[in-house]
This record gives sequence, structure tokens and C-alpha cells, in this order.
Amino acid sequence: LIVAGIDIGSRYIKFVLTEEGSLISAEKRETGHDPLNTCRDLIAGKTSIKPERIVATGYGRYLLEVHGNIPTITEIKAVARGAKAVFSSCRTIVDIGGQDTKVIALDDCGMVTGFEMNDRCAAGTGKFLEIMARTLGYSIEEFGNVCYCRPPGLGSTIKINSMCTVFAESEVVGLIAKGIPRDEIAAAIHDSIAGRVMSLIRRVGTDDDVIFAGGCARNACLALSLSEKLNKKIHIGETPEMLAALGAALYAAS
Amino acid sequence: MQCKGGGMAKDYTQMWSNIGLNLKAHDGLMAVLGDAYKNIYLAQKNRPRGMDYFDFVISEVHGLRIEEIVNAKESGKKVVGTFCVYVPEELVLAAGGVCIGLCAGADVGADEAEKFVPRNTCALIKAFLGFKLAGLCPYVELTDLIVGETTCDGKKKAYEIFDEITKKVYVMELPHKKGDDGRKMWRNEIKRFADKLEALTGNKITPETLLEASKIVNAKRKALQRLSALRAADPAPISGLDALLISQVSFYDDPVRFTAKTNELCDELEARIKEETGVAAKGRPRLLISGSPMAIPNWKLHAIIEGNGATVVGEESCVGERNFRTLLDENFSSVEQGIDKLSERSLTVDCACFTPNNERLDNIVEMTKRLNAHGVIHYALQFCTPYMMEAYKAKKAVDDMKVPFLRIETDYSMEDMGQLTTRIGAFLEMIQTRVNA
Repeated sequence: LIVAGIDIGSRYIKFVLTEEGSLISAEKRETGHDPLNTCRDLIAGKTSIKPERIVATGYGRYLLEVHGNIPTITEIKAVARGAKAVFSSCRTIVDIGGQDTKVIALDDCGMVTGFEMNDRCAAGTGKFLEIMARTLGYSIEEFGNVCYCRPPGLGSTIKINSMCTVFAESEVVGLIAKGIPRDEIAAAIHDSIAGRVMSLIRRVGTDDDVIFAGGCARNACLALSLSEKLNKKIHIGETPEMLAALGAALYAAS
Repeated sequence: MQCKGGGMAKDYTQMWSNIGLNLKAHDGLMAVLGDAYKNIYLAQKNRPRGMDYFDFVISEVHGLRIEEIVNAKESGKKVVGTFCVYVPEELVLAAGGVCIGLCAGADVGADEAEKFVPRNTCALIKAFLGFKLAGLCPYVELTDLIVGETTCDGKKKAYEIFDEITKKVYVMELPHKKGDDGRKMWRNEIKRFADKLEALTGNKITPETLLEASKIVNAKRKALQRLSALRAADPAPISGLDALLISQVSFYDDPVRFTAKTNELCDELEARIKEETGVAAKGRPRLLISGSPMAIPNWKLHAIIEGNGATVVGEESCVGERNFRTLLDENFSSVEQGIDKLSERSLTVDCACFTPNNERLDNIVEMTKRLNAHGVIHYALQFCTPYMMEAYKAKKAVDDMKVPFLRIETDYSMEDMGQLTTRIGAFLEMIQTRVNA
């Protein structure tokens, strides 16, 4: 049985095909301004392999429910299933995507027992990182690796206090004007985001193992800062942004 | 003549103009409200027939009811507007007045309100200022007295501003502890309010008029209690949206007619329960909402929940059980005794502005059990500090029952609909797994 999961996020649409629980393919594309057509393209695929069932998740899931009569689940349920499938010992998930941050607690069987999620403000999410990288003149890849220039555990010497994207940007502009090197500012930005995520984590708890999911898990600097603040190892898979789509596919199969 | 706004039966333009509303903005509001009502309310399935009356009341929210109040004023009656369940409606009726809970449930006139209050002010306060400043609320315009109360700092200071704008605000000082001193103070405040009403209306409050008023308001509370009890059934005989609407309408409808119509509806609901007819199939997830009041037309949270496959079975809220949980003891023979009873009754209300406020935690637990709720959503208006703070204790009380709990802070705007839908959706998935297990 070939099935698919599609995760329509705020920045990327992720599409995963599985056969009897094994991954066949995983693909992502920018969400852009016409996500419905991008979804249709992804579902139609390049090969003759057609999924028998699809489950949609993510911010744009209702688009497919309405236009494609495709069942939906929330990204919280989906990422829990995906993370459990990849890391069977997973009990806590930190999922930072384009516009949402979620911390999810799982029981032994992988069922969601509690979660916290940022409210309307996109502070401390992927979108925030993109804007800060641009302000400092980094590509998003460079930005996520910038912390390797500082010794682990040292933390940054300066602090970004504001978490509002607009105010944080002004704060960063102010620091640039003071002549602070941009790599120091970048490290401070990552530390401040990790601090913000920690407040959600403290509410949910951190049973081991902790999995870092979502596109922002590709940011090594953020992962390092989180791990230091948690004082424990966090696990990151090869394609952390695909876990919700994988989870949706696994639900499609069952 | 073309019908204006929300399908009202006749043209009220002249009346609105006489009252001093901003007609153009008001037409816009009525159109938006009419659309929202159609999409949220009329689109529901399996509604009880008794909701026809409440649909009618909403379609005439600024029409027929306003005409009634205009006529009452012309016959010499005074209109008293209130914002809080601590203000005793019985006294207003006993003095021959009309008591109206003022509306503050829509994102209206916020730009105007922000000229007076900080942006970080709760949506309810911004709305009562906004409705007035934008010239959109006929009820405010028709009031002879607007009664404020010192429940929270935001309202307390906003009433100073509201008085500057309207020149008719009267503030009752509500204590924040329920000890002997607080009780004495509140009793004096109620007495002072009675004197104020007598001066305003020129009518003497007598034991007879107070008893008659008490019977009217108690009958309304009993009807609302009856409705609340019927929601314990599975399948729920009425949606949370409809029950919330009835609670909201109870603040401004004619109390005697409202009671009769609510009891008629309850007769129908009892029959539905016998036939096991509900708004949805048996076994649907059931939620209790607890926290800040939802003033009309704030239907946001209920609409998201019920649009995502669950039913709201109770509101632990001022627009909900806090408003009607306790009856007034009618066993008094003088006005002074009646004032004692009024004071005692209102201090059974468990608003988060009191400290400590453990009764509320007991009531959340009691309602969760009585209404067979599978989960509790704590709802705080953003910047409503008392409820935002008390969410911590509410969570502990609900956790102790091993019932899932979700904390939401939001306002009247639609910008967080995506996030709220995901959070509530995931909460319902969690509950569904437990219900199935």
C-alpha cells in the first residue's frame, strides 16, 4: 500500500510517499502564493507512483480538505507520529517551523499528553531567523552555522532583549551601529530564541529523549544553544522538516 | 423602503438617527454582524426550534428591543447600563428602571479607543469605549446611568475616561477580599446604589417592589440553571454556541419574556433528551470553557471548537454560570434586609479579581464532573490579568482530576485563527484518543 503525507507549512510544503511504512520519497517546495497548485503538482508527482490515500497536515491543511476532500490532522499529532517512527525513544518534541514553535510531550506509546505552542506572534520562529539573517547580511545557511566561531558553553556576551520581530530588528540595527561584530550579534539572536523556546519547554517538561524537529532544527547554532540551556543531548534526524509529513503518511496508512 | 442591516423587519433609520448613532458605520456593523450570524449560527445543524426566538432577537438586536427601550423611556422609565454581574439588577427593576448589560464583544472602534487607553488594554474595555466613540451602540446612547465597578484596574481607570466622554458613569467599589470588612463595604455600596437609583428614578424602592424584582430575576436565573443542567446529557441537546447566545441575550432582553422563551426551549430540550436527539452524535468530545466573559457578539472560541468536531457543554464565566449559579434569598421583609441578601448573594460570585478565589476552582471541578466534560479550555482575554494569572491554579485543579487542560489567551481579532485552530484541533485529537481508549 502506497500512501502519502503532505504538510503545508507557512514557508514550505513537504510531501512524503511511503510503502508499508517505509519511505519511498520526500520532497519539499516553497509554499509561495499558490499552495494549492503546488500541492497538486507534488501529489501528481514525476513518476507513475500514485498514493492510494493521502493525509494532510500543517497550517494550510484545510485547503486540501476543502478542495481535495483529503482528511486532515493537526501538525502536532502528525509530528508526534513522525518523530516516534524515527526515534522510538522520543518523549519530548521541540518543533520550530516557519511561524510556529511547539513543544510536545508524548507518553510511552507515542500519544500526545500535552503541548504548548506560541500564540499569534511569530517571535523566535523560522520567519524571525530569516529576517535577522537578512538584516545581518547572511544567507540562512551561513547564519545557522555562525555559532561555531564561539567556544561551546560560553554564551554570547551581548543580549537581544526584544522578541518582537520588529523591535528585535531595531535592536540589531542598534548593535550594528555600535560596531559589534555581526557574528556576535548572530550568536545573541540564537541564544535569545533558545531562551524563548525554553519558557515553553519548562511548561511541558523534558522527558528523554528530546527530539528537535521542523526546518529550524537544521540551524546548528540554535540546536547548540538549546542543548546547552537544556543541559542535555537533543536528537536531530537527517530531515527534521519532514517529520510531520511522514507522520501524516503513517496515519494515511493506518 | 429597503430593509437595513441583518434582515430586520422594518426600517429603524429614523430611530437610530434620533438616538445619535453614526448611521453609515452602523449599517456596516449590522451587515457584518448579520453575515457572521448567518455563517456561525444559522449554518449549524440540528438546532432546536426554540432557537427561532433567539435568532429573531439577534436580528432585532438594534431594532425592536431598542424601540421597546425608547418607548419605556417615553413612559418615564430610566435606563441603567451595567458591565458586571456584581451590579444587582434587582435594585434597578425595583426602582422601576430598565437594566441593560452593555455590549463589549466586538473589535469595534479600537482606533478611537486607543486615543484614550494603551494598546495593551483588554479587548472588552477597548470595545466598550470603541462602541461609544464610534457611535455604534444604541443601548449606551439610551442609558440614563452607566454603572461601573472596580473589578480590575483596567476597567476602574477606563470608567474615569468613560465618564469624561458620557458624563453618566457611576462606579461601585467592589472589595477584593471576602472578609468581614469587605462584606461591610460592599453592603454599603449596594445601599448607596439603591439611594442613587431612587434619586435617578424618583421612585421609592419598597419591600414589595424589591420582592417583585427579585422574583423576576430569580426566575431568569432558574431558567438559565435549567438550560445549563440539560447540557449534561449526551448527546448534548443544544450547541455551546446556542447556549452561549442565550446567556448573552439574558443581559439585555426583557427579563420576563426571556425567561418564558428560555423555559419553552428547555421543554423542547427535555423532549430531545428523551429521544436521544442532539446537535451531534453521541460520544462527541465535550468541553468546558472557563475564564473571562464572552460579551455579545464574541463567538470566536465556541465557533472554532464546534467547527472542529466537539461540543461546548458549559461556560464557567460571567456570561455563563457565574451569572446565575446562586439565587437571591427572597426571605426579607424590609428593604434593608433585602440589601443584606443582595450583598450576600453577589459575594458568592467567584470573579478572579478576588483573592483568594478558591471557590472558582471548586466550581470548575464541579462543572467538569456535572457536565461530563472531557476537557477544559481556560479562556483569558489578552491583558485580562486576573484570569491570565488564575489559569495557573485552574490548571492544577483540572490536572488533579486527570482531565486535559488547554490555556488560551486571545482577543476579538481574527489574526490568530490559524494558531488557535491548530491548538484546539490538537487538543481535541488528544481528547479523542482518550475517549476512544
